[in-house]
Amino acid sequence: MRPRLIALVAAITVACPIVAAAAVIGRPTRGHRVVDGGMVPIPAGDYRPLYAVSGGGRVRVATFALDRQPATRAEFLAFVRAQPQWQRGRVGRNFAEASYLVDWPGALDAGTGVELQRPVTGVSWFAAKAFCAARGKRLPTLDEWEYVAAASETRRDASADPVFRRRILALYAARVSATLPVAGSGLANTYGVRDLHGSAWEWTLDVNAGMPADVSHVAGRSSGVQGRRVSCASAAIGVADPANYPAFMRSAVRAGLNARSTVAGLGFRCAAGSAAPTML
Amino acid sequence: MYAHRAIPLVRRDPLEPRSLAAVTRGDRIRLAFALAAAALLAASLGGCGMPADASELNAVQVVPIHSPSGKIVGQEIAVLTTAPNVPAPITRTHATRVIVNLEVTEKAMRLADGVQYTMWTFGGSVPGTFIRVREGDLVELHLKNAANSTMPHNIDLHAVTGPGGGAHASLTLPGHESVFTFSAMNPGLFIYHCATSPVPMHMANGMYGMILVEPRAGLPKVDHEFYVMQSEFYTTGKFGDPGMQSLDMEKGIDEKPTYVVFNGSVGALTGDHALQAKVGERVRLFVGDAGPNLTSSFHVIGEVFDNVYSEGGSVATQHNVQTTLIPAGGSAIVEFGVEKSGDLILVDHSIFRAFNKGALGMLHVSGPDDGRVFAAVTSSTPASR
Repeated sequence: MRPRLIALVAAITVACPIVAAAAVIGRPTRGHRVVDGGMVPIPAGDYRPLYAVSGGGRVRVATFALDRQPATRAEFLAFVRAQPQWQRGRVGRNFAEASYLVDWPGALDAGTGVELQRPVTGVSWFAAKAFCAARGKRLPTLDEWEYVAAASETRRDASADPVFRRRILALYAARVSATLPVAGSGLANTYGVRDLHGSAWEWTLDVNAGMPADVSHVAGRSSGVQGRRVSCASAAIGVADPANYPAFMRSAVRAGLNARSTVAGLGFRCAAGSAAPTML
Repeated sequence: MYAHRAIPLVRRDPLEPRSLAAVTRGDRIRLAFALAAAALLAASLGGCGMPADASELNAVQVVPIHSPSGKIVGQEIAVLTTAPNVPAPITRTHATRVIVNLEVTEKAMRLADGVQYTMWTFGGSVPGTFIRVREGDLVELHLKNAANSTMPHNIDLHAVTGPGGGAHASLTLPGHESVFTFSAMNPGLFIYHCATSPVPMHMANGMYGMILVEPRAGLPKVDHEFYVMQSEFYTTGKFGDPGMQSLDMEKGIDEKPTYVVFNGSVGALTGDHALQAKVGERVRLFVGDAGPNLTSSFHVIGEVFDNVYSEGGSVATQHNVQTTLIPAGGSAIVEFGVEKSGDLILVDHSIFRAFNKGALGMLHVSGPDDGRVFAAVTSSTPASR
């Protein structure tokens, strides 16, 4: 285990110096020692977003690093111990809705045993962002997340593979938000990243990319453009691949969110390194 | 050309004629229609000699600009019903604020014997609960999405004049609620459905229902009203394959359903669940076709529709109809008197769907028969030379 970890850190160091720093800084400083799943280096590449970008092309994603698995309840418990302003009952309503961490037995009680290893859900974008920042990380951009999520166990871009698509849809259909699988228990894709499809929905840095401009917390490349597309059959207008139902489902989930939203079944993972996607 | 519209609909022997009130109201509607049509005809021929009162009717009937100008008095909470039941006719004679509480839930339900499917529902059932309001009402729609839902959902009611039929204002996360209001300006029978991307998936998983906007004058009195919704399911397994089934996206795209059913499952309207009526009663079916893909050739074996409000509009447009076409995302109101005991069979007359995919329902008629309506004389005896 230990040599593997060292090898991983070494690999990340080569891939991205910032990440190596993050891996050190990111250890919890107080409370129980919690070992996270570590990060995986993601090589640069490109992917085809659901909604065609200008020029109709693919989007370039630079090298970065991504958490191997979603943040767990145990990790988030350590975070709220260290930063009490993020505890349930203390967090301001401007930063999280009333159902923030509502499924925890107590503000400093995230359950016991296996529950602690499930992905933390019911956290707002603000809280997820703060969690990552405390570890010297950030949330992945929409492009980064989708780029990695396009990978199957064997291929970096399996997004157009009907078999892979069917498997994802089956995973989405079988999802029960109250009992998500233990973080890291799902299949690893070709990068070694787990649980992107069989577990919680996940926040991205581009909150409300794809929402109408009536929500103020907008960031990212595609903000404001796709708003109305989430509803009705017009959602298919301008779509690169209208049979990519998994991507539509994720897009609809994101469209309903604003940065305060807290939803059972919505968690996150962190990223680190460059976040400057460019269009080809 | 329009003369036949003014003929009052009177039941032939052996049923007694409609009540005087019903005939009078029906006459009034048809007379108004005939006058307007005549005015329109006159206008198209040069407009000469058009009577003044017909001109007013013309203004109403041609392309009206609706205005929610009626006074809204009080408020009430809508009683919603699960198919095949329909809320009672509206007896009040004024417009009111109607509060509609719909909750979306996702749960495993029976699709056929031994076959389960995770349905996405409006109000806990497929089809979704029936909403009944009166023309002119102000509807305040509360859409809740259960906390344990996996997806956001919204609602597009075809009765709504407004963006996305309400969809844009109602995208609702799990554990959240949205509220919007609309004026029910157009009377008729309308489909509602979820319009969250990917829309076909939400509809294929059961997210549809109907809202009746009852005309101000009401509908003719009948003895029974029933709610029947046709829809398709596209499952990974074949028809009848047991166990938990899920959406087969390719079958949906290819428009090749595994199941075509009435009221959400095979057998929802047969056996113990058959609709019931007695000889001599009048029946109204509110029939919807949720699709997602197929048009329905709706037919009741052993009966003739006396009135059809085609495409769910507010006027009985045709009489003595065998089969009426219901578009996907559309509806029809059919009315008939039942004159013979036995089982009437509801089908989509694209008949493989009825025989092999589940599109069968039953209306059981009990009571004494009049032998003049139908009588079996001899059955399969050797043919005489």
